[in-house]
Amino acid sequence: MTGPALVAAPAALALPRMVVTAAGLTKRFGRLEVLRGVDFAVRTGRVTAILGPNGAGKSTVIKTLLGLVRPDGGSIALHGAEIGDDPAYRARIGYMPQQARFPENLTGREVVHLLRDLRDDTVPEDDDLFEAFGLVRELDKPVRTLSGGTRQKLNAAVAFMFRPSLLILDEPTAGLDPIASGVLKARILRARAEGASVLLSSHVLSELEELVDDVIFLLEGRVEFQGSLRRLKETTGETRLERAIARLMQRGTR
Amino acid sequence: MTAAKVLRYELQDLRRSRWLLGYVLLLLGLTDALLRFGGGGQRAVLSLMNVVLVFVPLVSIVFGTMYLYGARDFIELLLAQPVGRGSLFAGLYGGLAAPLAVGFLLGVGLPFLWGGQGDGSLAGPLIMLLAAGVLLTLAFTALAFLASLLFEDRVKGLGAAILAWLAATVLYDAVIVLVGMSFSDYPLELPMIGLTLLNPVDLGRVLLLLQFDTAALMGYTGAVFERFFGTVLGVGVATGALALWCVGPLVLARGRFRGKDF
Repeated sequence: MTGPALVAAPAALALPRMVVTAAGLTKRFGRLEVLRGVDFAVRTGRVTAILGPNGAGKSTVIKTLLGLVRPDGGSIALHGAEIGDDPAYRARIGYMPQQARFPENLTGREVVHLLRDLRDDTVPEDDDLFEAFGLVRELDKPVRTLSGGTRQKLNAAVAFMFRPSLLILDEPTAGLDPIASGVLKARILRARAEGASVLLSSHVLSELEELVDDVIFLLEGRVEFQGSLRRLKETTGETRLERAIARLMQRGTR
Repeated sequence: MTAAKVLRYELQDLRRSRWLLGYVLLLLGLTDALLRFGGGGQRAVLSLMNVVLVFVPLVSIVFGTMYLYGARDFIELLLAQPVGRGSLFAGLYGGLAAPLAVGFLLGVGLPFLWGGQGDGSLAGPLIMLLAAGVLLTLAFTALAFLASLLFEDRVKGLGAAILAWLAATVLYDAVIVLVGMSFSDYPLELPMIGLTLLNPVDLGRVLLLLQFDTAALMGYTGAVFERFFGTVLGVGVATGALALWCVGPLVLARGRFRGKDF
């Protein structure tokens, strides 16, 4: 081992290993205050769930990270670099939106080609999920003839395709059958094992429990809880994620 | 080039669109019928003019608005890629306006080609007809972008689009008549020219009427335009104003697209 590794080690120790850090994010849509000073960090190499009731600001946080929404105040950084107008940072993000709607006259293969085209990098792609989902046969059909579940599989496969260092999955298991859902969960765990960070949002709490390392709980535009799943269970005195979240919501509304 | 890549995929998508195919076939049928049975080339062009002025803006703005609302989720996915908003917008606009414009050119142009209007006297009016149609396509596609970006709700957006079309075609004529009748004792030339410049459809009409000797018989604004500017300058002014109608909404829509929260 020579220079670089020795130099890198102290830096890594000095910096907390965070893939995303957000400080004081605020956003209002018209008269609606969606984010009221949101601070959180997503730890590298872990699966973090953003949880919260509808309208708590989950999607807005995710969209801010993707540059789809610009915050009114505060800052958000990926790998330590603040997100600005330069779109290049998104090359390291794989995004799976809540519902996939692709141009209906294109085939899956054409959609994949376009997304590949839009990135200049030469990282070898990861086609695992296409095979695991049995998508390969479906790729040459027009998207409009695919079932909702198949489209959702395509949606997931595309997010993992570019080996991103951060995966953002919005309600990833919604619309997937149990088998596909299992395939996706296994893939998420493998991404984590390979060092990627995963940020996901979901309503289906029990389904996620086995995946999640850390929890960010949003309530009415603020972070009500942030920490590891174990700490969440300890502080709430509950053994199941679902109950622990219910406890947090009671505490928040009181 | 991000814009070119987005444009290419959108062309691929729209090339297979049944709506677009229907638009082209309808124009083909209409033009061919008018040429065959419309009684002489120039009269056919005049009839066709009215079709182009009403129908082309309607299809451009309604089809454009609906397409954009349908593509909304995919546009969000594209925005989440390492792609700048400005170039994405350029690709999306080009990819929508180009097929509509080419579809129009094919639908109206082909029947003239195979119909063999060979004496050449129609070349001027025909070229102007095609140019006006393309400019109107570009302008109303830009307005479609504006409508779909201004309203989150697709029903409101489509309503705004149809209202814009109504204003430019039907309501505008009513206003002209009303102004003409109410102020018939006053010199109206300049206000009328001003009103014409405000309406892309009327600009298209003026452009076409200036091609015919009968301009004075064919409508108030056309006659005023010719008398005030003369034919050559009139064509220049009207073309410039119509081009502004393409660029203006496009610049507004682009600004909106770049600053918008999706």
